[in-house]
Amino acid sequence: MSRRLKISIFRHNPRDPRSVPRLVDYELDERPGMTLFIALNAIRDTQAPDLNFDFVCRAGVCGACAMVIDGRPGLACRTLTSTLPAAFSLYPLPVFRLVADLSVDTGSWMRELAERLQTWVHLDAEPDLDRLEARMEPALAEAVYELDRCIECGCCIAACATAQMREGFVGAVGLVKIARFRLDSADTRDDADFYELVGNDEGIFGCMSLLACNDLCPKELPLQTQLAWLRRKMAGQGVRWLRRG
Amino acid sequence: MRIEYTDVLVVGGGLAGLRTAVGAARRRLRVEVLSLVPAKRSHSVAAQGGMQASLGNAFKGMGDNEDVHFGDTVRGSDWGCDQLVARMFAHMAPKAVRELAAWGVPWNRVQRGAHEVVINGERVTLTERDEAHGLITARDFGGTRKWRTCYTADGTGHTMLYALGDRAVAEGIPVRDRSEAVALIHDGGRCQGAVVRDLETGELYAILAAATVIATGGFGRIWGISTNAIINEGMGAAIALETGVARLGNMEAVQFHPTAIVPAGILVTEGCRGDGGLLRDVDGHRFMPDYEPEKAELASRDVVSRRMAEHMRRGKGVKSAAGEHLWLDIAVLGAAHIDHKLREVKDICRHFLGIDPARDWIPVRPTQHYSMGGIRTDHRGESPALRGLFAVGEAACWDLHGFNRLGGNSLAETVVAGMLVGEHVADFVESHAGALQFSPGLARDFVGRERAALEAITARPAPAPGADNVASLRRGMEATMTEHVGLFRNEAGLRTAVATLVDLHARAQRVGIASRHLDANPELVAAYRLPRMLALALCAAQGALERRESRGAHAREDYPARNDRDWLRRTLAWWPVGAATPVLEYEPIRVESMELPPGFRGYGTRNIVEHPATALREAELESIRARLEGAGGAPLQAALLDFRARLPERYRGDNERIADIEEGAPR
Repeated sequence: MSRRLKISIFRHNPRDPRSVPRLVDYELDERPGMTLFIALNAIRDTQAPDLNFDFVCRAGVCGACAMVIDGRPGLACRTLTSTLPAAFSLYPLPVFRLVADLSVDTGSWMRELAERLQTWVHLDAEPDLDRLEARMEPALAEAVYELDRCIECGCCIAACATAQMREGFVGAVGLVKIARFRLDSADTRDDADFYELVGNDEGIFGCMSLLACNDLCPKELPLQTQLAWLRRKMAGQGVRWLRRG
Repeated sequence: MRIEYTDVLVVGGGLAGLRTAVGAARRRLRVEVLSLVPAKRSHSVAAQGGMQASLGNAFKGMGDNEDVHFGDTVRGSDWGCDQLVARMFAHMAPKAVRELAAWGVPWNRVQRGAHEVVINGERVTLTERDEAHGLITARDFGGTRKWRTCYTADGTGHTMLYALGDRAVAEGIPVRDRSEAVALIHDGGRCQGAVVRDLETGELYAILAAATVIATGGFGRIWGISTNAIINEGMGAAIALETGVARLGNMEAVQFHPTAIVPAGILVTEGCRGDGGLLRDVDGHRFMPDYEPEKAELASRDVVSRRMAEHMRRGKGVKSAAGEHLWLDIAVLGAAHIDHKLREVKDICRHFLGIDPARDWIPVRPTQHYSMGGIRTDHRGESPALRGLFAVGEAACWDLHGFNRLGGNSLAETVVAGMLVGEHVADFVESHAGALQFSPGLARDFVGRERAALEAITARPAPAPGADNVASLRRGMEATMTEHVGLFRNEAGLRTAVATLVDLHARAQRVGIASRHLDANPELVAAYRLPRMLALALCAAQGALERRESRGAHAREDYPARNDRDWLRRTLAWWPVGAATPVLEYEPIRVESMELPPGFRGYGTRNIVEHPATALREAELESIRARLEGAGGAPLQAALLDFRARLPERYRGDNERIADIEEGAPR
């Protein structure tokens, strides 16, 4: 027996002076295996042709479709409607600039983050591409990959109390990237360099350890342990500087 | 009206576009990148299994080199590729993987000592060499003679795109996301940039550029079910086609991947089979060895997909509410392997199928996956028809893949092509030929034309209930392509397809929309893209209708032979302005210049109409080899196919391997 779904969707076009932020209800019949990707496209095809939302890979790997689903940030493409009540709401992610309806501008936010935190491998010299590659311990390569799996979906930011209160907080997405490059033997930066980037209230010391990020990360990155580890390392680095005076 | 100027305009922020942009920026050119989505969300990110490069570090990769990789690629293409390009590619792939290692891709590494793997359904112990420890390892993939596919678990596209995306940030390259190139600005002979549409605000403006590079990926979304991302609608190829000048190559050459999950059509990597996974039928029987005893599940993709379809036609498919399918069994690999090396696959199974692949078999069937065809370019990435227009990656047909691409060669192609084309674009811009007297008047004309076209769409009456609308016409296109331009093709079906697509194309140019505003309007976007998608669909269907042979992924039931005598040639489609259908012409693929003359791929039974020049070329190659015996690799290679001189100078060096060090070979 199939359910009749009632989805209350946030609608607003911030460029239209007549647009008022509102919730609009859409109803449709649930089908077996229906994801929010299927449901939203069905609504767009038959009821709301100008409804804005962002899907790209629709396979849970690109991070485009994060939204607040029945109160929790998550990836819409891989959320089965069967896991939700018959009536539920969809909101765009908070913190990020609204494009329209369920679509937000994560691109500019993540770019700004990458520039500020310099999230690339810092090298002394360009490699000689004709020569054997530099060796890396297999276990280290896997550990780096573990932290490299972030898809910049923004769920951790949407779920973060600090990010909602303090503009400029880099959030779990920023901190896990620092942890990733800190681990990478190819990166020439040391803890003093990383302290410059995140040793402040917009970085690791702004984290209140509420750890909703850890619970909501769609890729299940080990954010709890990484944030705790980074805090210890950065605190240690801060103390070293104080001692040196 | 806004007009901007730059040296290089790159359309597309995936791996190919970003690597091209980095190359051009490092030559101190001004580069702008346009992307439909934030660059790191490009479809490159979804590539799972890995990229081929003949490093030869892993035990099962020993003895690998550029020659073996080249041969595999040419055979895989069913001799449809450009062998010059394949040679350059095989030479460049190790450099590309090493560059990415330095830029932060955490490639899986060789662990010295014994480890257990599954080969041909059986557990085997391999022992990795001490001297290879810590170097980049590789896994097996279909259609290759060595384990050559370098990987980071099954998130290889992700790690590569993030490394390159961050590299682009490091180089200060601006990326404008939510931006679409809706027309190329040109005077019939020279491309001068593009008309750009801001998808958020709806603003139309021009970017004039000395060189324009299309890197928009494939066009899989013209099929109803595809592994491709939603954004892979082929708009780069479509706007090139709309110039009425540029040619699209081999648009009928379309790959169907053996293992997309049913019904969602999401890919699970060839690495599943590379690592030892098996295909099973309704009875649980492993059927591939019955058809292809030697390579079984690891035959070339086109072969495996066809064998799966054949097997289902024999009634051995699994019937389900979502249609027929077969099973992919990776449970044989064990939970530890899956948790480690196939974790994205595990995630996909969990979220979209509700199963655990360590226990349950995965329902799969062949699904549209890759566009071998695209904007025809020379080996430098430039359109021979429209100067200043370059194309790179899946959007291009330069032509590395011919009629079937090997798994792992697309990721490798994106970065290799970006490295090469970035240099060629820079050379072009710095050259006399690249000097461009920008024409703001031309830019205004083209922007005006696009504005008028958009206003015409919004001026049409909204579709009445039951009448054509964008969604219904699109479904018509998808159904036509799926039914008639699929894995197996025939004259009657293709004729039906062409007639249906011509009709849909005309109707798509009259269809109205309900929402009239220009900003953030997905219905308007769908309305102006649909006729362009139909134009690409027509190029593919018409090309498939005319090509009366079977080659690689193009399988004609009514012409099962590969006909080298008549069809060793590349289809070029172009679209005269105002015409109702594309015009097809052909360029020969010359046996006379092949290093590897046409032969038998080794699948099924030999069914080839020989080209008269094949035997002559074989004899010629034999005499060259005899004459230069003992002269060493370089002079011989130069006589067989002199690719090195055509590479940018910085990339001509030999690739070092462990064996070279052991033998103390001079460097």
